[in-house]
Amino acid sequence: MKRLLTLAGLAALPVLVLGVFFVLPVTGMLGQGLWPDGRFAPGDVLEVLARPRVHRVLWFTVWVAATATLVTLLLGVPTAYALHRLRVPGRSVVRAAFLVPFVLPTVVVGIAFDRLVSTGPLEVLGLDGSPVTIIAAMVFFNLAVVVRTVGAAWEGLDPRPGEAAAALGASPWQVFRTATFPALRGSVVSAASVVFLFCSTAFGIVLVLGGLRYSTVETEIYLLTTSLFDLPAAAALCLLQLLVVTVLLLLAARARSAPGQAARRRVEPSRVRLYDAPALLATALGLLLVAVPIAMLVTGSLRVDGAWSLANYRALDTTGGDGLVDVTVVEALVNSLRTAVDATWIALLIGGLVAVIATRRSHGPAERRIRGLLDGFFMLPLGVSAVTLGFGFLITLDEPPVNFRESPLLVPIAQALVAMPLVVRTLVPVLAGIDDRQRQAAHSLGASPLRALVTIDLAVVWKPLLAAAGFAFAISLGEFGATSFLSRVDHPTLPVLIYRLLGQPGTHNYGMALAAAVVLALATASVMFVVERLRVPGVGGF
Amino acid sequence: MLSLHQVTVTYGAAVAVDDVSLELSAGEVLAVLGPSGCGKSTLLRAVAGLEPVSAGRITFDGGDLAGVPTHKRGFALMFQDGQLFNHQSVGANVGYALRIRHRPRREVATRVEELLELVGLAGYADRAPATLSGGERQRVALARALAVEPRLLLLDEPLSALDKSLRERLALDLREILTRAGTTALFVTHDHEEAFAVADRMALMRAGRPVQDGTLAEVWEHPADSEAASFLGYPTVLDGSAADAVLTAAGLPVGDGVALRRSALRVSAEGPLHGVVLSSRVTPDAVRVEVDVPGVGVVASVTSDGTAPPSPGQEVRLEVARNRLAVIPRR
Amino acid sequence: MNRALRTTLATITALTLTGAASCTLLADDGDDSGETKIEATDGVDPADAIAGTTVTLVTHDSFNLPKKLIRQFQKDTGATLKIRPSGDAGKLTNALALSQSNPIGDVAFGVDNTFASRAVDEDVFATYAAELPGSAEKLRLDGDAGDKLAPIDQASVCVNVDTAWFEKNDQEPPTSLDDLTDPAYKDLTVIPGAATSSPGLAFLLATIAEYGDDWPDYWTDLVGNGAELTEGWTDAYYGGFTGGGDGDRPIVVSYDTSPAFTVDKKTGETTTAALLDTCFRQVEYAGVLENANNPVGGQAVVDWLLSPEVQAALPDNMYVFPVDDSVALPKEWAKFAQQPTEPYEVSADDISEHRAEWLTEWTDIVSR
Repeated sequence: MKRLLTLAGLAALPVLVLGVFFVLPVTGMLGQGLWPDGRFAPGDVLEVLARPRVHRVLWFTVWVAATATLVTLLLGVPTAYALHRLRVPGRSVVRAAFLVPFVLPTVVVGIAFDRLVSTGPLEVLGLDGSPVTIIAAMVFFNLAVVVRTVGAAWEGLDPRPGEAAAALGASPWQVFRTATFPALRGSVVSAASVVFLFCSTAFGIVLVLGGLRYSTVETEIYLLTTSLFDLPAAAALCLLQLLVVTVLLLLAARARSAPGQAARRRVEPSRVRLYDAPALLATALGLLLVAVPIAMLVTGSLRVDGAWSLANYRALDTTGGDGLVDVTVVEALVNSLRTAVDATWIALLIGGLVAVIATRRSHGPAERRIRGLLDGFFMLPLGVSAVTLGFGFLITLDEPPVNFRESPLLVPIAQALVAMPLVVRTLVPVLAGIDDRQRQAAHSLGASPLRALVTIDLAVVWKPLLAAAGFAFAISLGEFGATSFLSRVDHPTLPVLIYRLLGQPGTHNYGMALAAAVVLALATASVMFVVERLRVPGVGGF
Repeated sequence: MLSLHQVTVTYGAAVAVDDVSLELSAGEVLAVLGPSGCGKSTLLRAVAGLEPVSAGRITFDGGDLAGVPTHKRGFALMFQDGQLFNHQSVGANVGYALRIRHRPRREVATRVEELLELVGLAGYADRAPATLSGGERQRVALARALAVEPRLLLLDEPLSALDKSLRERLALDLREILTRAGTTALFVTHDHEEAFAVADRMALMRAGRPVQDGTLAEVWEHPADSEAASFLGYPTVLDGSAADAVLTAAGLPVGDGVALRRSALRVSAEGPLHGVVLSSRVTPDAVRVEVDVPGVGVVASVTSDGTAPPSPGQEVRLEVARNRLAVIPRR
Repeated sequence: MNRALRTTLATITALTLTGAASCTLLADDGDDSGETKIEATDGVDPADAIAGTTVTLVTHDSFNLPKKLIRQFQKDTGATLKIRPSGDAGKLTNALALSQSNPIGDVAFGVDNTFASRAVDEDVFATYAAELPGSAEKLRLDGDAGDKLAPIDQASVCVNVDTAWFEKNDQEPPTSLDDLTDPAYKDLTVIPGAATSSPGLAFLLATIAEYGDDWPDYWTDLVGNGAELTEGWTDAYYGGFTGGGDGDRPIVVSYDTSPAFTVDKKTGETTTAALLDTCFRQVEYAGVLENANNPVGGQAVVDWLLSPEVQAALPDNMYVFPVDDSVALPKEWAKFAQQPTEPYEVSADDISEHRAEWLTEWTDIVSR
């Protein structure tokens, strides 16, 4: 009983936050659709689900997201190995580079990809407006998730079982298949489920690159809500999306429950050997995929009137007027950084609590089920469209005691909701890998639960925690959907400002937007690079 | 002094520890001996406060421990595989409990050195746990557990993970260290040799229930039942007519079961029992002979010193040494 | 604990603390508007009635006016003006409709003629007949809506062509909607989507006004002739159009004002032109919100948006024409931004009644 109370106490804050800032708004919007005139009308919803168009949209969403996830894994897992286990020169720079796409405004990346396939060197492939481009862009955005999540797990993996397998005559591939992969499975499934969710709820990429020829569930919800005002249909799709996400999460949870616990220890990165060539090749491919659109962006920002120039960058600290939204890029960057600090601590606090709750040893199946449910529950925000959530905020958070519509924390909280599942998925495999008897040993030696958390858990999750913080920070820096909805006009974040610049005619605004996007990318890369540096070698040795 | 009164621990519907009562006086080492899965580790964890007790009371020096969290019990728990903190040096591991209690840095350093010396690892303070052998790791774990002179030391199969010779040596060391430090210890194991080497008293557990407890000699000389006798290390346990035959041969009243040490039956020309040799093997201590005795079955026996080992198929006679068997009262 | 870690921990702690103190948004107060309701009282100048209150203007992302004008408003009325962007015109309208009973502000600006009926039908706006400049009267909506929404600015969505490109390629540019389906212009057009962008919807309405019930056939031909569709104006104009960014198509759907932004520095002439026979006029309205806390403040904001100072600032800050034609236009606008004399028109009621049907059909045509 007391244990359940402790559990409830720990879970109270995360559940409250999720309840107020997720469940309440989403149910509010669903209510608008299901009770159109104050009358419960589920018939409309069922009718929507029978539409052939909805079936088409659902099928497209699933196959595109599944393909993109698969490709991301195929490129990302070897890359994680190369960047976390091999002594590749410039590893930390490359690792930081993989995170850059995460924060780039979708519309900017969309234009870069579009130009790549429509006018660039890849024009001959005839990929303009094809799903291939959409999938490539999804991989572009999500490689970092796999590289980070799997890399963090791989870094501390005990190599001895693999060496034992090799000694028994297993080829490198067999070693991977029989010894390494089973130990990594938790993190791979974690990463895959996050990537799949990101891909299946991708919004900007599909609209920009699909040229409106393709619709996913997410874009359909957007159109139904903002353009057709068909809230019952939007609610139907939203429910469908939640259902699919829930099923996926259940499947993932089952696949994740890896047998046994992988031993963890500090391992020095090893010398590159011949059979590492495929991994290095995958890394090179991934890097190319990430670098080319960014390079197009950078060159674009350096071109003015057909000539090379830094004029776009010189314009960054000017406003060119006294307008209300004439905020300089530098000011917007500061706004972005402040928002990101908030979003990061919120995501880490809530996500960390959830991860701790989900991985503590359960007494009895009931408690285990509760912990499992909580774990899954906090993944749900990934499965709900930003539009639904944004409108939900407006209509449900307007009355005391939840009068948060005007709160300056609304933007960081919305961003933290997106970052939180990633934090949870990064921390859970590592925390679950800690032998609970370590904590018990500490307790028996007189360590309070908090002290044990610091000396045992924190010492081990230190690196993944930093990685998660970096993620949360990057997500916040790049978030646009919810932010554009909720931010204040005189305090735009950098992505909002970029979007505004792009919305104004005049080529110098376009160039300035590209330059601002490059600055945003650089800012993120530097933050990530610093985080990498913080991961002092030997941090293992508390 | 630790006292368990009708303690029961359940996991869902399964009862892991069933109505166990035990007493442990200050300075005493009690071994709880039982096969894997008998609930002995759960019992230990309940004492440590890691498992909730569903019924019964655990008290220490008269104070009820219910509601006292693990870290406030003033005990120390040592696991089978040590559970050293791999991210800390050996010295930091040993000093962990002291640092938690905010002891002055110098005192910690001195005490760590002292303890490492006690467990025979002087100079190991700066080593990383990962570089140690299994035996060394267990010694470090022991030093870590002893650092704050716990009111009660809980040892969960501390030697089982080690190889036999190391285990024997370390068991003696453990005994000596515990005695010298005057530590009260509760120690669970499935290995009777370990229990005999380390403990003052012994409690036998089976399927969650206590079978028997007492001093080593008491338990050894009067096993509660035949299963207990087997578990304590008697190679031959007999009952019914087989037991009667042996008891008669020993000149004892019949009707009970009997547990025989190997040396209880000795090949002797005048012995009352006779049988056919199945095999014989020379060991440093004695010649071990397996004999098939009609009406009793296959029994283990030895030959007297200096006699040549009998060959298989040979007929021999056996005598029974009364001080080398234990009578198991029939219930 | 080793030193590296301790330093790291200290740094993180310091960062967190600084964060809590100044890096975070917690340091900003939300300066919540009072919940007291301010009513107009007879015989009292409204300007005095709202002194000391806060008035919240809900608007779209593109809203921009000089800070000087906002300071002036605050000085004149004594009220604090808070501006709250709520996405594009569609999201804005939706946000207003959904929060009708407890609105997110006192006054809204940015609902245009394609969305106005939806908002009026949902009772978003309260009646306030602002005094309009003479030239704005003709932009007033029909019926009740006319007393609720005041036209503030307008701009027309027109097909734009890159005249420099056509000159270079020695080809005549198109002049009408019909021309766009001519095989001579195959694969040369880029259009923002009607379902995702307001210029896209305006262009769809232009074709509906021109072709009536046959508009689906026109769109089938248009898509068949290789017209590229993009999500929004930005990727059409900058991503697809040769005259805007590095696109590869010389025909784009944009605004009548766009040519003023493509003036070649060397020649002093614009390199693009708007086809004035292909235009649909977008008018943006402002109105006081029903159930507002500060309706009098909202009325003051509507009047302020119609004032000559704000009207004159519209072209430079929001790239639209003022409804008051007595204010002077910027020099390049006067020269290069020509307005259509007879743009296509579809009544707001028609739009309201058919928009979902039209957009659904349109989506089916283009996403085959």
